[in-house]
Amino acid sequence: MLYFSNWKIGLIAAVSLLGIWFALPNFTGVPGQTVNLGLDLQGGSHLVFEVDLPGVKAERLDGLSQEATVLFRQQPTIPTAANAVIGEEVVIRVARAEDMEEAYNRLQSLSRPIGDGASLTGITARTVSFSRDDEERTIRLSLTDAALIDIRDRTIAQSIEVIRRRIDASGTTEPTIARQGDERILVQVPGESNPQRIIELVGTTARMTFQLVRADVAVGADGQARTPPGVEIIQQDDLSEPFIAVERRVMVSGENLTYAGSTFQEGRPVVEFRFDTTGAAAFGRVTAQNVGRRFAVVLDDVAISSPVILGPILGGSGVIQGNFTFESAYDLAVLLQAGALPAELTVVEQRSVGPGLGQDSIDSGTIAVVIGFIGVIVFMLAAYSMFGVFSNLALLLNVTLILGALSGLQATLTLPGIAGIILTIGMAVDANVLIYERIREESRNGRTPANAIEKGYSEALSAILDANITTLIAAGVLYMLGAGPVRGFAVTLGIGIITSVFTAFVFSRLLVAMWVKGLKPKKLPI
Amino acid sequence: MSLALVNFFPDTTSIPFIKARFAAFGFSALMIVASIAAFFSMGLNFGIDFTGGVTLEVRTEEVIDSTRIDEMRGVLNDLGLGAIELQGLSELTEGSACYGNHCALIRVQPQEGEGLEAEQAQQAANLAVQAALTELYPTIDFRSVQVLGPKVSGELVEAGIMSIVVALVLMLVYIWFRFEWQYSVGAVLALVHDVIITIGMFSVTQLEFNLSTIAAILTIVGYSMNDTVVVYDRIREKVRKFKKKDLDEVLNLAINKTLSRTILTSFTTLVALFALWFLGGAALQGFAFAMIFGIVIGTYSSIFIAAPILLVTKVKRESSEA
Repeated sequence: MLYFSNWKIGLIAAVSLLGIWFALPNFTGVPGQTVNLGLDLQGGSHLVFEVDLPGVKAERLDGLSQEATVLFRQQPTIPTAANAVIGEEVVIRVARAEDMEEAYNRLQSLSRPIGDGASLTGITARTVSFSRDDEERTIRLSLTDAALIDIRDRTIAQSIEVIRRRIDASGTTEPTIARQGDERILVQVPGESNPQRIIELVGTTARMTFQLVRADVAVGADGQARTPPGVEIIQQDDLSEPFIAVERRVMVSGENLTYAGSTFQEGRPVVEFRFDTTGAAAFGRVTAQNVGRRFAVVLDDVAISSPVILGPILGGSGVIQGNFTFESAYDLAVLLQAGALPAELTVVEQRSVGPGLGQDSIDSGTIAVVIGFIGVIVFMLAAYSMFGVFSNLALLLNVTLILGALSGLQATLTLPGIAGIILTIGMAVDANVLIYERIREESRNGRTPANAIEKGYSEALSAILDANITTLIAAGVLYMLGAGPVRGFAVTLGIGIITSVFTAFVFSRLLVAMWVKGLKPKKLPI
Repeated sequence: MSLALVNFFPDTTSIPFIKARFAAFGFSALMIVASIAAFFSMGLNFGIDFTGGVTLEVRTEEVIDSTRIDEMRGVLNDLGLGAIELQGLSELTEGSACYGNHCALIRVQPQEGEGLEAEQAQQAANLAVQAALTELYPTIDFRSVQVLGPKVSGELVEAGIMSIVVALVLMLVYIWFRFEWQYSVGAVLALVHDVIITIGMFSVTQLEFNLSTIAAILTIVGYSMNDTVVVYDRIREKVRKFKKKDLDEVLNLAINKTLSRTILTSFTTLVALFALWFLGGAALQGFAFAMIFGIVIGTYSSIFIAAPILLVTKVKRESSEA
């Protein structure tokens, strides 16, 4: 146990130096990666959004039902007695029993292969499954599990893409945007302690449509009206006219936008936009036919303005005048430019910490680490004198290695993470205590110093390993199942356990071995 | 022959721990019953992580005295958001932001609602509280804001319970693998003992039970296991060495041989934790307190529960297993 070959000494020195090298940028002006501070320490916002997948699914089922209607209208038409979404299914009932076969066959075209059509089993998964009941003359359509997974994954991927574009355009630095679990998206924004703007930027669906206004439908002040078919009442962002009747039919939608930006017109902030060719053609045609009428610019079911069509708008570009401040015009332009979200997003978790509190936490955490460290060092010196020096050097290296590992791995240090470091300082000396107590015992039994040390290290090894593995299991479980900042605790505790085995068992043993070799002590100062 | 500066322990101790086992079992049984009774009668003071709702820490230029607390409470109660808890916060260190009663902690109970509406209701409550307080104190600083909907908090409760159960099972398996089943049962009983009493302590003191408490409990499990393993390791060694001796004598010998280590390590850990408790700031105090309590309980259970249980489970004396 006390013999170290040269290459082993080299290896121990290399590991130690590597750790110090990675830890250095945290203390000096040496350039390099420093410890990545969690949002609770540097200040910032942690937001988790849930994607409204049931909404997307319902929309998809509605779409199937409508597609079925179109299929049945093709010549020869198939009359239906019912076609509705009931629960998780589209239920279609044909009027005549003899149409069942034809109806069933036509509906098959609604089920499409998923992905590129290749799959390991050779059976391509499809989007819709059918069940027919000839006696009842009904056909039930439902989305397959594979389709649901496909819809979910696509919706989340698209949402993340849209969120990224929006946040990047808003000038926020270094956001983290990632999928969390099955149906959530995590957005972390360092330095932003008032996340309201981010929540609005991310949480707005931004589905924009242009719809014609029905001036002939009288709307009460409470939004009540007798609406003819094809007309709906929506809110308007205008106190003098809080509700407005519009045609359900969409003239042009935000999908056809190619550009949106904010600017000033007559000293007021406005949003200017440009359509693609399809959008421009449709917009031109409708405005040409409806000169003198009003149209509404509708954003997520609220009209933001409803100007009068003064003449055909043929160039495919225009401006939206609304109740804007410069910032809200800018944000709307960002939203429109980035495109609509494929599903509604709702904030389910928000944690934000201001920079002041973060700095306070760093300060008090650092003081606690330093005082805890000094306390343990003094105690070990008192208990073990010379051997206390060895274990203290090992402890110092341990803290340095933890910092080095955190910097090198770019793991995130959170406030609970600091607690993990303090705890590690207290627990890391356990290995040394185990060894030294064993050395004392062996020495009392009459062994020579070198022999007692040898025996102390070898006999204590299994207890040290057991002890550290059990703590590592606890840290591992916490990492797997823990949430948010608590994971940071698991990270530092886990790293600390691994580095402490190296420093307390390997590094301190090298120190002791060199000391024994150099001084050849007759007695043990322990 | 010791040259250590301070001698914390005599060279050899022979304290009859095993003899005290019935007293210890009785004491522990009492503590466990009391903990379970406290848990069911008083419940736990769950933090926002597990209940959902809104928690805000604010700082104002004005000193937050009881008049201001009442003023805030009045304004917030008018919002009709249900029960609102308000508590002044201060720090002892001069120069820190909260020094001299400038901070307060506000907790708004979870808002009712179905599905996504409930999630949105928490957000709305947060905005309403911030708006009302900003009107009252225009320079107010929201040092931290946490808003949790019922979905996430529900999942955190599940994950918290799950993590403790998984950790206990893994410990059981590990000890089974390293020792024999008799040891494994003893170790896990001692751990369950630690967990129940720690939770009981949280129930009696009504300290906030949150995610860091779960972290503390898991760490206590790891630490107590660590202690137990060290004692067991020595027991196994002695059991093989002294085949003729009575088991209770062997157990006592092993406990005494590892006693100095057990106490020294607990001591260094406690030194570090006390530093955290006094200096680590308000956010880590609960965690530090739970850990300190747990270390004491864990050390006690390794000596007085885990080891004597081996008398009950009857460790095999002729073991040849490694």
